[in-house]
Amino acid sequence: MSEDLNRERDGEAFVLRVEGLTRYFDVSPPWLNRVIERTGKRIVRAVDGVDFAIRKGETFSLVGESGCGKSTVARLISGLYEPSAGAMHFGRRGDSGEKLRVQMIFQDPYASLNPRWRVADIVAEPIRVYNLCPDAASRRRRVGELLEQVGLSASDGEKFPHEFSGGQRQRISIARALAGEPDFLVCDEPTSALDVSVQAQILNLMKDLQREYGLTYLFISHDLAVVYHISTTVGVMYLGRLVEWAEKKTLFSDPRHPYTRMLLAAIPDLGMSGKPRTPVAGEVPSPINPPPGCAFHPRCPFAEERCRREVPQMRSVGGRYVSCHGVEEGRIPDEDALVPMNGERQ
Amino acid sequence: MNGMENNVAAPVADTAPALLEVRSLRVEFPTRRGTLVAVDDVSFSLRAGEILGVVGESGAGKSMTGTAIIGLLEPPGRIAGGEILLEGRRIDNLDYERMRRIRGKEIGAIFQDPLTSLNPLYTVGRQLVETIRTHLTMTEAQARRHALDMLKEVGIPAAEERIDHYPHQFSGGMRQRVVIALALCAGPKLVIADEPTTALDVSIQAQIITLLKRLCRDHGTAVMLVTHDMGVIAEAADRVAVMYAGRLVEIGPAQAVIRDAHHPYTRGLMGSIPTIGRDVERLEQIDGSMPRLDAIPPGCAFNPRCRQRFGRCEREKPSLIGQGDRAVACWLHEQGEGAS
Amino acid sequence: MLSQSRFADSLRRFFDSDIWYSFKSSRVTVAAAIVTAVMILTAIFSPWIAPQNPFDPASLDLMDAFTPPVWYEDGVPKYLLGTDDQGRDMLSALMYGARISIFVGFVAVLVSMLIGVTLGVIAGYVGGAVDALIMRIADIQFTFPAILVALLVDGIMRGILPKEVHDDLVLVVIILALGVSGWPQFARTVRGSTLVEKNKEYVLAARVIGLKRSTIMLSHVLPNVLGPVLVIGTINLAIAILGEATLSFLGVGVPPTEPSLGTLIRIGNDFLFSGEWWIVIFPGLTLALLVLSVNLLGDWLRDALNPKLR
Repeated sequence: MSEDLNRERDGEAFVLRVEGLTRYFDVSPPWLNRVIERTGKRIVRAVDGVDFAIRKGETFSLVGESGCGKSTVARLISGLYEPSAGAMHFGRRGDSGEKLRVQMIFQDPYASLNPRWRVADIVAEPIRVYNLCPDAASRRRRVGELLEQVGLSASDGEKFPHEFSGGQRQRISIARALAGEPDFLVCDEPTSALDVSVQAQILNLMKDLQREYGLTYLFISHDLAVVYHISTTVGVMYLGRLVEWAEKKTLFSDPRHPYTRMLLAAIPDLGMSGKPRTPVAGEVPSPINPPPGCAFHPRCPFAEERCRREVPQMRSVGGRYVSCHGVEEGRIPDEDALVPMNGERQ
Repeated sequence: MNGMENNVAAPVADTAPALLEVRSLRVEFPTRRGTLVAVDDVSFSLRAGEILGVVGESGAGKSMTGTAIIGLLEPPGRIAGGEILLEGRRIDNLDYERMRRIRGKEIGAIFQDPLTSLNPLYTVGRQLVETIRTHLTMTEAQARRHALDMLKEVGIPAAEERIDHYPHQFSGGMRQRVVIALALCAGPKLVIADEPTTALDVSIQAQIITLLKRLCRDHGTAVMLVTHDMGVIAEAADRVAVMYAGRLVEIGPAQAVIRDAHHPYTRGLMGSIPTIGRDVERLEQIDGSMPRLDAIPPGCAFNPRCRQRFGRCEREKPSLIGQGDRAVACWLHEQGEGAS
Repeated sequence: MLSQSRFADSLRRFFDSDIWYSFKSSRVTVAAAIVTAVMILTAIFSPWIAPQNPFDPASLDLMDAFTPPVWYEDGVPKYLLGTDDQGRDMLSALMYGARISIFVGFVAVLVSMLIGVTLGVIAGYVGGAVDALIMRIADIQFTFPAILVALLVDGIMRGILPKEVHDDLVLVVIILALGVSGWPQFARTVRGSTLVEKNKEYVLAARVIGLKRSTIMLSHVLPNVLGPVLVIGTINLAIAILGEATLSFLGVGVPPTEPSLGTLIRIGNDFLFSGEWWIVIFPGLTLALLVLSVNLLGDWLRDALNPKLR
């Protein structure tokens, strides 16, 4: 798969190429309990062999339901976790040969700022650590600039985080991330704790900043509408694996993987276009004991013997990457032919 | 300004009698820094079998309204004004014991987190039977049969076996189904569903909404669906009430409000929601954020964020003024005032 | 100038805070705070305000021994609360005794805090084998009563130090003994809060920036786990004061020439049944009042900080 990926995307400036990225977590009970209860180790395969590539200046989104491993990917890429296997190839900064700078924006605006620090100190921290400003005065000026850039005022630096609303705190988080002069921002559900009107403000801000600085985003979200709005490329994850990824338009207008289709069909439809609803049957199984073969097969209407046995590999099909035996064998019908799953349509 | 001039009870579409009627409801929280008004002069009504979506951002007072109706306000919060009528009887001034008999029997409740709505120490069957026998005169065996029927109805597979399982043995979506069964088992006429899908994954959300809709249609149960998610409203609600800073700013048929919102806040809210298939570089945005309850501006609470505000908005609170089945609390729409 | 306005800002914040409000509205707490403050101030300033220096043998007059308190017929105004067997003024002895007790208690708690918080943050943040090692030591120490550990430390010190050196360092030894006996509680609590804090996103953000582990522990985790430490510290202050009194009562603490409250109680104990009750009752009451007040403050602090740490 990786050569395939290289061939198709070579020639474009990569910010990041991920190959076979894998992360296992040991969630075993303590040794003594294991001995007494005679149980073995319990391993969660949070991310299990994920390949994708991100071009410079694009927004690559990962979507999926809780437990699919999208946040783990974010943390692997930002360096918070070490991969259990696989590789991440980061691009270089300009001609300097220096590794790209990665910063991260988090989900919970109430937990992502140190409550004991003043906002100015929070935003100044990356500047101090990377030595980006020669002296305290220029650092203070820079912090003021950054705060204004994210829509706050320079005098807000004197305040503590608890004096701000959720949306304002997320702006402070963004200012802190920008302070490190990053090339690549990992955004882990940055708007899912916010109200819709505030979410719009933050999404607009993120788009503005991307345009201004040529930033590249890895955007993690469970909200497909938000993902549609912000992304250039979208990847769908299920139980630790990437099942499909493609340009946004391709993925949303013509999804191939049965899971992508179910996910898209499940979104509440604001336009109420009256399209038939196909609620997804069943729920995501536990990643501790994922189904063999294709992890989606117990919920998949097109599962066959091979799906239960063999893990599908990711292949390039019509401008997208899909890992599905059905798509490979050409036995997944067009979307219109999808039948409602459990009759609970209105 | 006060509840006097707008006792023009909220508009009701047809002549069907209202099952629930809320009149000028006011909920206050006394604190040491002064009294916070969490719900201010809210009036609406709900017909039998109707699903009313109550939507708003966090702190808008939507959950508080629901909690006030089922009489579960946490002290020191209290109903400081207005009336709540269920089938014409006042229920806002009942004592604890009489309210307890109404809860479950006549008003069911579904909360956001299915895990905390169920007692982890009892099997779901026992909890269902207990609720059924508290409110309906049934023998143990009858109640258990009824509980089993309820579980089947909410789509629990192998209900005969699952009835004796504990809540932690169910997945999130199944647990929320059990909560729905629990809310509906005594045959209430009204269900207050407070963010019933928020804690669930997208795919499960759709299942739960569809289920809730079907059950309410089959049983003729009215639902007050409190949510922050316009998508859920669009999918499920017949009518929608939009709240902002403790007040109702707009109410009307869900489709009409979503397609053609009258209040600038509702319009801004709709524009700020990203939609699949709609390609825009920037989302429409309402600047600022909802005021905290201790800093609600005078006049229309939305005026500092409103692009269309004029002098009057900063001075006078607009009240809900109806035209047909729609009503809006905005000085831009005051021409409808003559109707009262 | 900037720091001054920040200070004023912090003060204003404090007097506007919920903690100050809950303090003001609890009468018991205010009373306990006043009692504690009066005792601490009296202890600090006792060399200047005490009628007599009870540690100075020259100022003592054996002829005045066993003078009863002033309201007795034999009492004299010079000795308000009477004198002991050495002719020491009880009031002065109480002031000086409380001074030693409070000093020992404070420093001992600081020692426990220093050991406990350091080990707790390291155990919680680093985890793995380091965590297991530190916490098992704490567990083992928990199985002994604190006073036994203190006695053990004291015994070891007596064993390794020559007698003259030990007599000179007696306060240091007691402080160390009490300090070492109290750390596991701090370590356990701080480890718990560290486990919570280290997964919060602000710590993750600091890791993404690339800060060193020690910097993160010191400047991000530590300030956010200190709330509960303050509570345990206050309650442990009462325990340490009692511990010192117990050690002194058992005769392994502060020597009778420079008595602490515990030593005074031990001395007075001999005279309880011969009618000179004031020699034991006054130190006893002082100790009880001090410990009770500090405990009440600790209880209040726990309630005030607990619901949402600030």
